[in-house]
Amino acid sequence: MTPDHNKLDAVTGVATTGHDWDGIQELNTPLPRWWLWSFYACIVWAFGYWIAYPAWPLATSYTKGVLGYQTRTAIEQDMAALQVLRGDNVAKIAAKPLAEIEKDPALLTVARAIGKASFGNNCAPCHGQGAQGAKNYPNLNDDQWIWGGSLDAIKQTITHGIRNEDAESRVGPMPAFVKDGILKKDDVPHLAAFVRTLAGNKPERGDAAKGKALFAENCAACHGEAGKGNPEMGAPNLTANIWLYGGDQATIEDTITNGRGGVMPAWNGRLDEPTIKALTVYVHSLGGGQ
Amino acid sequence: MAQTASVNKHLTIGEGGSAIAFAALAALSILIAAKAWTPAYAFHAYLFAAASVASVFAIFNRYYNRPAEAPPQEIDGKPNYNYGPIQFATIASVFWGIAGFTVGLYAALELAFPALNFDFGLINFGRLRPLHTSAVIFAFGGNVLLATSFYVVQRTCHARLAGDIAPWFVILGYNFFIVIAGTGYLLGITQGKEYAEPEWYADLWLTVVWVAYLLVFLTTLWKRKEPHIYVANWFYLAFIVTIALLHLGNNAAVPVSIYSPKSYIAWSGVQDAMVQWWYGHNAVGFFLTAGFLAIMYYFIPKRAERPVYSYRLSIVHFWALIFIYIWAGPHHLHYTALPDWAQTLGMTFSVILWMPSWGGMINGLMTLQGAWDKLRTDPVLRMMVVSVAFYGMSTFEGPLMSIKAVNSLSHYTDWTIGHVHSGALGWVGYVSFGAIYCLVPWVFNRSRLYSLKLVNWHFWVSTIGIVLYISAMWVSGILQGLMWRAYTSLGFLEYSFIETVEAMHPFYVIRALGGGLFLAGALIMAFNIWKTITSPETETVAAVRPQLVPAE
Repeated sequence: MTPDHNKLDAVTGVATTGHDWDGIQELNTPLPRWWLWSFYACIVWAFGYWIAYPAWPLATSYTKGVLGYQTRTAIEQDMAALQVLRGDNVAKIAAKPLAEIEKDPALLTVARAIGKASFGNNCAPCHGQGAQGAKNYPNLNDDQWIWGGSLDAIKQTITHGIRNEDAESRVGPMPAFVKDGILKKDDVPHLAAFVRTLAGNKPERGDAAKGKALFAENCAACHGEAGKGNPEMGAPNLTANIWLYGGDQATIEDTITNGRGGVMPAWNGRLDEPTIKALTVYVHSLGGGQ
Repeated sequence: MAQTASVNKHLTIGEGGSAIAFAALAALSILIAAKAWTPAYAFHAYLFAAASVASVFAIFNRYYNRPAEAPPQEIDGKPNYNYGPIQFATIASVFWGIAGFTVGLYAALELAFPALNFDFGLINFGRLRPLHTSAVIFAFGGNVLLATSFYVVQRTCHARLAGDIAPWFVILGYNFFIVIAGTGYLLGITQGKEYAEPEWYADLWLTVVWVAYLLVFLTTLWKRKEPHIYVANWFYLAFIVTIALLHLGNNAAVPVSIYSPKSYIAWSGVQDAMVQWWYGHNAVGFFLTAGFLAIMYYFIPKRAERPVYSYRLSIVHFWALIFIYIWAGPHHLHYTALPDWAQTLGMTFSVILWMPSWGGMINGLMTLQGAWDKLRTDPVLRMMVVSVAFYGMSTFEGPLMSIKAVNSLSHYTDWTIGHVHSGALGWVGYVSFGAIYCLVPWVFNRSRLYSLKLVNWHFWVSTIGIVLYISAMWVSGILQGLMWRAYTSLGFLEYSFIETVEAMHPFYVIRALGGGLFLAGALIMAFNIWKTITSPETETVAAVRPQLVPAE
């Protein structure tokens, strides 16, 4: 088969190159002009960009570009612009006591803005986007505060957390009464029955009267004679019918048997002081602050 | 038989040499298995041992069953094409494709409904994700490239595939690498480099396989009966050579011990990041682009029965693509610790790359001149042409996203996922499906595909899937980017991260739906392929097989 360079393609009228591979031929169509000029235009644009911006490496340096652009200075400018937008509010929050921040409406607005942003990124995974809590994680919108709902108490909790490695962390677990041999297994339904009556619920099993005596002996030290709780020790109020782990008979029995020890991280290493203060004010303002 | 009886049958150097090499590998693997530091690594060593022993057995079994003489290069003046390894790779590509799409669908469902990981380590998103990417890119795409390259290089060189054991070693060795890589991810063996997750021993194995691949390909080109090398073969060769280079550069690692799967990479810090994305982007450029352009350059003109649009364009865009792609990697590292000058080069070369990429699209689409009517009647050709259109779209979107101002919005968002999938599902997927539909009747000697109607169903079901997938990711990605950068008038973030995650949920559901449709299309294809190979309806009557008449 001799290549025929003059062979024309009947459809397009363009000559083929004369090659043939397994029945495939090629047309000798010239490069589309728009394609070629677009290609050149991109190259010209690139040369322009190289002149304007840092582009080519040299032996020990690189071409800096006539605009003097650097990512590093660009981010510094962005951060400076942000600081202008934020004004001196952050400094004011750092300087003023929590109560005064709450009384200053302008500052309160800023603190709530910082607090909302920080809450969403740090607290929401456990406490929920609206601080509504979840099973095992307390609701921060209600009036029940396990460790206290005053500004100072909230700040203390956020700063040092609960039952963690921090030296000033809040401590005090709910003991595992059966597992640790303090109570007999048979006593648990009676005690749980009484705990249910504290919140006005009917026991599902057990004798609440027997449970009352057990409560006075084993629980009242932390939860109080009347079961109203004690924020100093992180002992929840058992009369409010708000349950961190669940208020049904089985869950209460489980809590008594195996104990509880929910953990919250300390934020003092991760968030700076003004942010923690803003978070405190934000959480305090959510509805149930004391 | 009288002729063969007169020749003394003996082991060829290839047979004997491979048998000895595999026996040695089996012994080494058993030693490593015995002293391995982790059970997962021991499992891999046992797999190596079992595969090596099986190879020795297969070599001898084949030897006892084969005629004394090597298969002839030509029969009656026509090349005696070697289709066996191609058959295997074609079927493997369909199998791995469905496996990879299924894992992708499950990973997408986990993103929409995280509870689906069932707190079970083996199937958490972090392990399924590399399993999905490797299965679709390297297992599905890789087998398509192996099958088509071995077919195209033979047909366009008018010569039998070089080597006897070698082509089988390439195909089976490559698929064994896939098994090692995939099981490794599930067992937690990874070097944590995106698209290069397999550890040092899997990398070494792939290197051996790849060198064999290069040699088979080059030797076949060397003994070609055609005066020139066809454009598809340039692209295949660029793909094979560059992937070898990238693989070696990015996997330069020092193993902790021969008994440990763990290794440490030679590069550190930002240099490692740069090498990783030099690799990562050129895996896109040379594996998913150059390789699949080679497929386009053979299968589209063949199926459309039209000459390639422009020989000059193929030359210019080939060299432009090869020289420019290799610079584009830094655009994956905009606004990071990478020096500004490197970011500039990555971005500008990505923009320069736009037209060289479109050269391929023009050549693919314009080859349809005089054959556009076939799109109405031939869903296989339609699939390949739509694939080229997707190629054009993603190679416009790519340079756009590499521009720093755009990238500052798009980077780390689902837009990137959408971009990748318009290329992966649309371009790579469709051109592969088209090639598989062409290849199966050719290499299995069947008269035609079992059902063009089913191809049509595959086309429409998966097209709807792709559209749902990429539009969901565009909307979700841009929304995500805008939410991340939104500041209030007081200068604080408008949205927390978790709110942006919540906002993505409906789009993740749509994306999973799109992926499900794409998978459904592939299952239709698998059924069609199966029936094509086995149904009596598609049997070839000896004389009916269309002989390709050389154009005079």
